Amino acid sequence: MAGPLPRNGPFRFQQDTPLVMGHVASKSMYYGIFAALMVLTWITVAVAYVDLGAANKAVALGIATIKATLVVLFFMHVKESSRLTKVIVASGFFFLAILVALTMTDYASRGFLPMPPGLQ
Amino acid sequence: MLDTLKLPERHYLNNGHGLKSWLLTKDHKRIAILYLISISAFFFLGGLFAVGIRLELTTPQGDFFQPDTYNKMFTLHGVIMVFFFLIPSIPAVLGNFLIPPMIGAKDLAFPRINLLSWYIYVLGGLFALFAILVGGVDTGWTFYTPYSSAASNTNVIPTALGVFIAGFSSILTGLNFIVTIHRMRAPGMTWFKLPLFVWAHYATSLIQVLGTPVVAITIIMVFVERAFGFGIFDPQRGGDPVLFQHLFWFYSHPAVYIMILPAMGVISELISTFSRKKVFGYSFVAFSSLAIAVFGFIVWAHHMFVAGISVYAAMVFSFLSFSVAIPSAVKTFNWTATLYKGSLTFEAPMLYVYGFLGLFLVGGLTGLFLATLGVDVHVHDTYFVVAHFHYIMVGGAIMGYLGGLHFWWPKIVGRMYSEFLSRISAILVFVGFNLTFFPQFVLGYMGMPRRYHMYPDEFQVLNVMSSAGAAVLGLGYLLPVIYFLWSLKHGEVAGPNPWGASGLEWRTASPPPTENFAEVPTDIPEAYEYTPHVVREAKLV
Ligand SMILES: [Cu+2]
Repeated sequence: MAGPLPRNGPFRFQQDTPLVMGHVASKSMYYGIFAALMVLTWITVAVAYVDLGAANKAVALGIATIKATLVVLFFMHVKESSRLTKVIVASGFFFLAILVALTMTDYASRGFLPMPPGLQ
Repeated sequence: MLDTLKLPERHYLNNGHGLKSWLLTKDHKRIAILYLISISAFFFLGGLFAVGIRLELTTPQGDFFQPDTYNKMFTLHGVIMVFFFLIPSIPAVLGNFLIPPMIGAKDLAFPRINLLSWYIYVLGGLFALFAILVGGVDTGWTFYTPYSSAASNTNVIPTALGVFIAGFSSILTGLNFIVTIHRMRAPGMTWFKLPLFVWAHYATSLIQVLGTPVVAITIIMVFVERAFGFGIFDPQRGGDPVLFQHLFWFYSHPAVYIMILPAMGVISELISTFSRKKVFGYSFVAFSSLAIAVFGFIVWAHHMFVAGISVYAAMVFSFLSFSVAIPSAVKTFNWTATLYKGSLTFEAPMLYVYGFLGLFLVGGLTGLFLATLGVDVHVHDTYFVVAHFHYIMVGGAIMGYLGGLHFWWPKIVGRMYSEFLSRISAILVFVGFNLTFFPQFVLGYMGMPRRYHMYPDEFQVLNVMSSAGAAVLGLGYLLPVIYFLWSLKHGEVAGPNPWGASGLEWRTASPPPTENFAEVPTDIPEAYEYTPHVVREAKLV
């Protein structure tokens, strides 16, 4: 493998992990995703006028999650990316889940006082 | 043989002269030098504020500064040291310089983004300097709400924006390292041949990329609350001030690992070189870095035990905080085992290693005191906490940084510094550090709270000891500036490998050529191939 270093740019890929590059998705797919995002936005606004009680937040957040997923998978090309990229993206959401879950251990249990006798 | 050593004719330092060749460089080594100069400036500025603090605390009364001024001094000391020195220190200087040659690459994966990260850092720094010039900020480096969002009438917004901007520089550095380590390794440089310095930086980069966005968003929340009256943290408008602490510490506890993990990487390199042995339990040390990066994210509420969080959550976080001691202990035990029966020597870099091992041990174990719910209630917000985190950040991170700087200095500039002065400085730093911070453990245990400019008379003796120690420590930090600058012109030529070290970076010239290696390195060795009992040139030992 010895030899002079490549002259043009330092970016040299490891042979064992090929990158999927230059994938060109069809234009119609992008328009389709864009339309879906617009429709979901419209639903978000429309649902805001309907009182669903406790489900208000769940519905709004659910729609937002679907939209974010579409953006990440298609506009950010994660769907066609290598497994390594997918792991990196997933780990971002995993750490977000840690942030939310462990913060909720505080908020969810603040009302538990007084302590049960065994733990006092 | 030594006298015949010559600097290489062509190297990264003489490849282009003039300011423009530096300010527009894409060479990771030159960018590392730019970082070295700028973080050193911030280090001494932050040190200046520490001088003010220790000066004020020599007497129980407030003699030198008004209480408000004192609040600004400890805030600016913290903000500058944490965000503008410690976080970029080892990654942006040593990591930037060394990761490409260590893995046999020509540069980082994204040289332009690397330069951009430096400019972003400088921009963030300018915001912080602006905040200082127009009157400073007094919230403490933690920016706790509601003080930062509503009560303080100082320059919170420019300071917080400076931290916000500098955060992006940190993210870009981390991103660059992750891609570089995945993609740029020379053929044959497998993951388990990587130096532990690289593993440590990989773990650090994960924290930078995953954690920094959270603090950035949190700062934006404070900004919109302060500037536009949003009610995110204000209970009167449905917010919760404790939420700020959750979000802030979600980043800022792992941020401690951004500081200490690279230092641990440095220690692994130095300890094997100067005991002429392979690091004991290589894969355990490598994976403990990743474990620290992950565990570091699930312990943050140990900063909030007395902030009104649920007792149940406090118990969970107390338990989890204990768990992070396990990978740290794995490292400490493995380093000690590396020393065992090694051919130990006492060059300046190794003196910093010995210092690190002791100080990190004290800092880490007192962290367990603080993770214990009952003890924390007693010592929370006292000097015990101040002493604890200085043992980690100064005794750990800065000892690692200085040890690394002394070790790789001959690689960076091609010349040696004064061996005598450097040993004196390492000893001064160790003695001065302990004299400064050990009394603070006692003060804190006796109940002296942090962040006050006055204290009861009975605390004076220990405070005077601490201030005297700070003077010694300051001297220990100034000495290297002198002999490093001296070495640039007058130091003995070092040659490619003055320490007889095994890493790839020592196979190329000192200073290295711009492209690091004349040819892509082949026959990559196992990490830390040392034969014990090598007799080194008497001059260098
Ligand atoms: Cu912490």
